[in-house]
Amino acid sequence: MNRKVIIGILALQGGFIEHIRALNALGAETFEIRKKDDLRKPADGLILPGGESTTMSKLLTDLDMFNDLKAIISGGMPVFATCAGMILLARKIAGTQTVHLGIMDITVKRNAYGRQLGSFFVHAPFQELGMVPMTFIRAPFVESAGATVSVLSIVDDRIVAVRQGNMLATAFHPELNTDNRIHQYFIEKIVFRT
Amino acid sequence: MENNRYELNKNLAQMLKGGVIMDVSTPEQARIAEEAGAAAVMALERIPADIRAAGGVSRMSDPKMIKGIQTAVSIPVMAKVRIGHFVEAQILEALEIDFIDESEVLSPADDKFHVDKHRFKVPFVCGAKNLGEALRRIAEGAAMIRTKGEPGTGDVVQAVRHMRAMMSEIRRLQSMKDDEVFYTAKELQVSYELLKYVQEKGKLPVVNFAAGGVATPADAALMMQLGAEGVFVGSGIFKSGNPAKRAQAIVKAVTNYNDPNVLAEISEDLGEAMIGINENEIQLLMAERGI
Repeated sequence: MNRKVIIGILALQGGFIEHIRALNALGAETFEIRKKDDLRKPADGLILPGGESTTMSKLLTDLDMFNDLKAIISGGMPVFATCAGMILLARKIAGTQTVHLGIMDITVKRNAYGRQLGSFFVHAPFQELGMVPMTFIRAPFVESAGATVSVLSIVDDRIVAVRQGNMLATAFHPELNTDNRIHQYFIEKIVFRT
Repeated sequence: MENNRYELNKNLAQMLKGGVIMDVSTPEQARIAEEAGAAAVMALERIPADIRAAGGVSRMSDPKMIKGIQTAVSIPVMAKVRIGHFVEAQILEALEIDFIDESEVLSPADDKFHVDKHRFKVPFVCGAKNLGEALRRIAEGAAMIRTKGEPGTGDVVQAVRHMRAMMSEIRRLQSMKDDEVFYTAKELQVSYELLKYVQEKGKLPVVNFAAGGVATPADAALMMQLGAEGVFVGSGIFKSGNPAKRAQAIVKAVTNYNDPNVLAEISEDLGEAMIGINENEIQLLMAERGI
């Protein structure tokens, strides 16, 4: 990293502290986004963490942050979304009319592996990084992806990591493991666009 | 590839952080809770205030009622078993519940033994009044801890007492020499390894929520500022004048617990809070169950 990168982490609900830990370990500066004003702070990239997508979406609306966040990401701000974050970004959620930010050209299936008994851990290949640890907690997967979306990882024939321009999304939680390579990938490939 | 259920179960609790878990007794209430932004719901036939009023033995809820709530919402669904009642826990696991609360709110089924939670694939949350109780439950396999508080009272004093006790014990532990840690392990009847972890990290090895008596957004924010990582709200919502509005306000209070301006705004015009019972008027101290 040439200069200190600044990443804002949506901290309305869920596992945001884990992302802060991973990013700080990589030498990035971080700040929490809890209200509208926080979205005006200078940032090189954003994180949409895991948690409950319905809760986060509701809070985005109630705290009047929804339109600003959507505009910022649509405007090209690098963003890395995990699990619930991926659901927030998706253009379509299978089996429902609900759409949250709706800016990434993917259709996701919520709770696609079932309830907590379906949660699992696996080592699987991720693009050029090779095998990485992946923790799936009541996770979604990507049912279908548009032509401009590149698929970065497939586990058991299901798409679990995708990139479209400035947006990176994973169905699993890289932040729950101490292997920070996917966060590093986000900073190098998307924030700095090397 | 090996699946470490306990790790995955602790991970689910991590994803609930910063959220509010609401007691609901019908699919309708569950939908209100989900729309208000609940991170999970606790399905139970009677909320603690009604259990307290009705008296008698209270047990695990009817599986049919729990299934109704599982169908109604997409967020995690929890349910309660009596302390030590491992068969009720087996039944909830068969329902694929997302989290089991081994709870002092129900009548204890065993006055000595808690459920051996390691035998289950689904996660457990347990109540605790202090560090010793919390670590004993974790040793038994709890993937999440909450304060006991005093459920169904609308009085936050006991939850505050329990959270403060836990936090000050952790701070005291952090200043101890090793020989003192050995002694404390003996005193608290917990393993040296668990205590050592808490000493090094300054926190429990699992997520720690507040529960019992939370009735207002200010109560929720108070518990967060005292160190809770999220909040359970039981009777406080559906015993109040306007449950949907109060539920939304508490969700926002947990997110912005450190911002008095936001808290002032959302505390406005919420309608009547639950009337509640003061600590010295309580006939039955549920927090004394299961130590």
